[in-house]
Parts: sequence; C-alpha cells; structure tokens
Amino acid sequence: MGRMTFVIQRLLMLVPVAVGVTIVVFFMIHLIPGDPARTILGIHATPQRIAILHKQWGLDRPLVSQYWLFMDRLLHGNLGQSLYYGTSAGAVIFERIPPTLWLIVYSAVLAVIISVPLATIAATRKDAVRDHVVRAVPLIGLGMPPFWVGILLVYALAIKVRAFPVSGYGTGFLGHVHAMFLPALTVAIALAPVVIRALRASMLNVLGAEYITTARSKGVPPSRLFLRHVLRNAVIPAVTVLGINIGFLIGGTVIIENIFAIPGIGQLMINSIFQRDFPVVQGVTLVFGVLVVLVNLLADLSYAALDPRVRFDR
Amino acid sequence: MSAISFPEPALAAEPTEHAQPRRVRRWYRQPALASGLVLLGIILIAAAAAPLLTPYDPIKENLSATLLGPSAHHWLGTDQTGRDTFTRLLYGLRTDLRIAFIAVLFPFCIGTILGSIAGYYGGWVDTVLMRLVDIVVAFPFYVLLIALVFVLGPGERSIYIAITLVGWVSYARIIRGEILVAKRQDYVAAARSGGLSSIRIIGKHLLPNVITQAFIYGMSDIVQDILAIVTLGYFGLGVPPPTPDLGSMINDGQNFLPTAHWQLTTFPGLAVVVVGLSLSLIGDGLADLLRPGHS
Repeated sequence: MGRMTFVIQRLLMLVPVAVGVTIVVFFMIHLIPGDPARTILGIHATPQRIAILHKQWGLDRPLVSQYWLFMDRLLHGNLGQSLYYGTSAGAVIFERIPPTLWLIVYSAVLAVIISVPLATIAATRKDAVRDHVVRAVPLIGLGMPPFWVGILLVYALAIKVRAFPVSGYGTGFLGHVHAMFLPALTVAIALAPVVIRALRASMLNVLGAEYITTARSKGVPPSRLFLRHVLRNAVIPAVTVLGINIGFLIGGTVIIENIFAIPGIGQLMINSIFQRDFPVVQGVTLVFGVLVVLVNLLADLSYAALDPRVRFDR
Repeated sequence: MSAISFPEPALAAEPTEHAQPRRVRRWYRQPALASGLVLLGIILIAAAAAPLLTPYDPIKENLSATLLGPSAHHWLGTDQTGRDTFTRLLYGLRTDLRIAFIAVLFPFCIGTILGSIAGYYGGWVDTVLMRLVDIVVAFPFYVLLIALVFVLGPGERSIYIAITLVGWVSYARIIRGEILVAKRQDYVAAARSGGLSSIRIIGKHLLPNVITQAFIYGMSDIVQDILAIVTLGYFGLGVPPPTPDLGSMINDGQNFLPTAHWQLTTFPGLAVVVVGLSLSLIGDGLADLLRPGHS
C-alpha cells in the first residue's frame, strides 16, 4: 500500500468520527434543561427573541430535520451567529485559533525538552538515587492542578523576578516565544510526568536489547550509542504517549489561556460560557474536536517518519 | 487536568489457589502502596473529622478578622471574609473527595459493562461501541467536561453526569482489551463447553480476572476527577458558593498572592497535590502487587 492510499484510507476512517463529533455538538443544545432559547437568553429573554432563536436554530422542527439544518449550515462554513459579538461565530473563532496553535506546539516542544534529559538521567542509572528522584516527579506532577502551577509561576517568575510578562500573547515571533513561555511551561509541566514515565520505560527496554550490547562490544562511543541507538528507538513510544495525550494537551489550553489571558479559542470558550454565547461555545467545542482528530491523524503519519519499521499496510 | 496514563495491558491470569493469600501477605511490603494508603487514610480521617479538628465554621463570615496571617488560632490565617483557611481547606477536601469518589463509580461501572460486552461479543456491537469511544475521545477531556457542565448548569449533579459521559470510555477501552485476550484462555473455553451462559462467563469468570486493570486505572482517574472538580470550581462552574471547595479557594486567594497572603492560594493547591500523590502511590503499588508477572 502506498503512502497516498494509506492517507486516503486513514481520512475515510475519520468520516464516522467526524459525523459523530457533529452529532455530539448538535445534541449539546438539547441537554440544556427546559427551553434552550429561554435558558440561553436568560434575563434578555423576550417572546420575540425566543421566537427568533427558535426559528434560527429550527427548534420547532423534528430532531432529524434540525440536525440536517445544522449540518447544512456547517458544511457551508456557518457556525451560527454569536449572541454576544453579533457577528458570525465562525469568524470570531477562527481569528483566535493562531494563539491556541502556538500554545499547543510550544507546550509540546517544552514537554520534550523537559522529559528527554530527565528520562535519560533516570534510565542510565536504574535504581540509583537519581532514578528514584526522577520517578517521584510523575507521582507529584500528576496531582498538580495546572492552573495552580500557572498561578505560582506567574507569581515567582513574572511578579517577583519580572523575567516574563504576567499575561498576553506578545507580538512577532520572538515576542510570542517570550510572552508564551510561562503558559507553555505550565502545560508542559502537566504533560511531562506521563512522557517521562513512558520515555524512561522505553529507554530501559532499549538499553537491555541485544543490539545495544553488540554496539557496546564493537566499541561504539557512549555518546554515539545513546544518540543513534538508544534515543532514536526509545523516542517512538514516547511519541505514542504524546499522541494519546494530544486531547489533554489541546484541552489544557482552555484552562491555561484563561490564567494567562491569551486571546485563543480556550479563553473565548470560557468567556462565551459566562456570556451565555451558546453558538460560540458550540463552535469552539466542534473546532477542538476536529483539531484533535486532525492532530491524531498527523501523529499516526509521523510514526512512519520516525520508525522505518512502520509500514503503511499495517 | 491530568494526562492520560493507561495501565499497561497484561495477560489475564487464571486465579490460582495460592494467589489470594500471597497477595494479602504482601500488600504492606509494597512501600508505594503502604505509604499511599497511610497518606490517604490521614487525609480521609482529617476530612471526615473536620468538625472535631477545628472550632470554626467554614461558611460563616467574620468581617472583624479578615486576612489575618497564620497564627496559633488560625493555622493558615483567614480569607478576605474572615473565614478560617484551615477549616475551609478541611471542609473543601471533604466536598471534593466525596464528589470525586462518587463520580468515579459511574464511569467505572458503565465503562466496565460496555467494555465487557464489546470485548466478549465482538462483531457489530464492538464496532458500534468502539466508534462511540472514538467520538468521545475526539474531544479534549476538559473541553467536553466544561461544555457539558455549561449546558447542564453548574452544580454537583452536572459534574457527575459530565464526568460519566466523558470518563466511561477509558474503562471500556481497558476492559475490552483485557477481555479480548482473556476470552481466548482455556478456562473460558471450558466454561463455554460446560454450558455456562455468556453473562455468567463474563460476570463470574472474565471480569474477576480483568477488573484489576480498570481498578488500577481508577486510582489515576480519581486524581483526574479531583483535578477536574477543582478546575471547575476555579472557573465558578463547580460546587456553588459558599460551600467550601479547593478550586474556588484558589481562585479567591490568587488576588492576594502578591501581598503577604500567599497561603490562601498555595495551601489548597498543595492539598490537591498531596491527595494526588497518595492516590498515585496506591495506583502504582496496586499495579506492582496485582499485575501478573510483576515482582
């Protein structure tokens, strides 16, 4: 099977999931207790406004017809009208996607930068003191609320030391790198425990493999042995773990963007919740779902690049 | 928010005559499990005995004693409305732990049942259930959780529903995977040829052998649920005030972080970290103790 066929097959497999994602997002409105239009409009509910929303969302039609209307609009790129901004919800959402993507990529990079040295320190001296110290990191790290870590980092590095801005997205590439360091570090600290665990375990497996013994006996220098043989093979399971946690990584941005006032879709989601802007909340949920599906696809395709043993006909 | 760390799949082992006594003998020799249980025990006792450990009311405001520093009377000081922080911390732990322990039961049961059905019967039932899993997994945990709590309205009931709707998939995946392996074992074939019904085979023979993995995952899932409850509380979507909740305590205290009242935000967060540590230790210890082939 060629690369193109694999990509097409993988894309076709996404179709039922993508349809399912739209069904979940569509049904969100029906989970609202009582009349959704009345609940969403809250104190602004008047019979006229309720009637307009009913007509706009087709709430007076049968469920199948409502879903059809929803899909028809969606396929035309229409996510509805924002109740707060008064403009297209899609436009409001899409202009806020770049900061979120920045945060996701930056966090993943920092998570790798933190995890690889720590896992190496632990795996190269199994059961030594340093191994036990590194193994304690995930135990503590997994229970830390990321927003709390973010608040403490702001206090220590932005308010006390003043090395980084308290909030914001920055301007220009270097501006983004500087301004987004603390938010990305916060997400990375939350993600690192799982990656460290996986990477340490896979490094230990690789270090015990016969080809490493062979390489050692052939006199391969330790640095070359580590970089060419151990790290390359150990990083694949770590990438898998990173792939499994893509949803977590993307979801984490919702929380962290709000702590650091980053104008991404995560902050938009929480703000829209408090503004009871249902079309935007619905749209952001859909965009997040689609984002996870696409990133998972990219992760699947990237395994092949990292591991020549992965064939497209698996 | 907690990253997903699934327990490694293990071959289901047939129960042996001597397995149980050995496990009972060995549990306290697992340093991780023993220390985790002791730590969690202390936390649970402190939370349950909160009315005995502190003379203060967690809700009643005392405007003549606002923002006091730590002292012999107020170990962690008081908040902006004069409530004792240590008292609110204990009661907050009580609230959050209760919700987390109840919340984990629903996805555990539903996921285990659906995962068993998918794994045992296979075919279209498996296909449908696993596609459903794929759809739920497509949403980031926090996005779906926050969206669901938003549409259902903040409060404890919404937290249970949202965590159940989002959380069952992990258990279903784990149990399905385990059952797929276990159903090929000889003892299942023997049970089938003995004429036992499918429900009896699943309930009496398969589940007791595969439930361990779900149980181990459950420990990290409780940590995830506590983090979720605290996060929802921080955003004002959790337990409504004035009920003490660690998330809302962190939120209330963060405005005073640059001043001398750092303890208002730091200690509720630390309490979550200690709870998480105890549950992670228990999870790791259980994995070492119960996984076949592990020392």
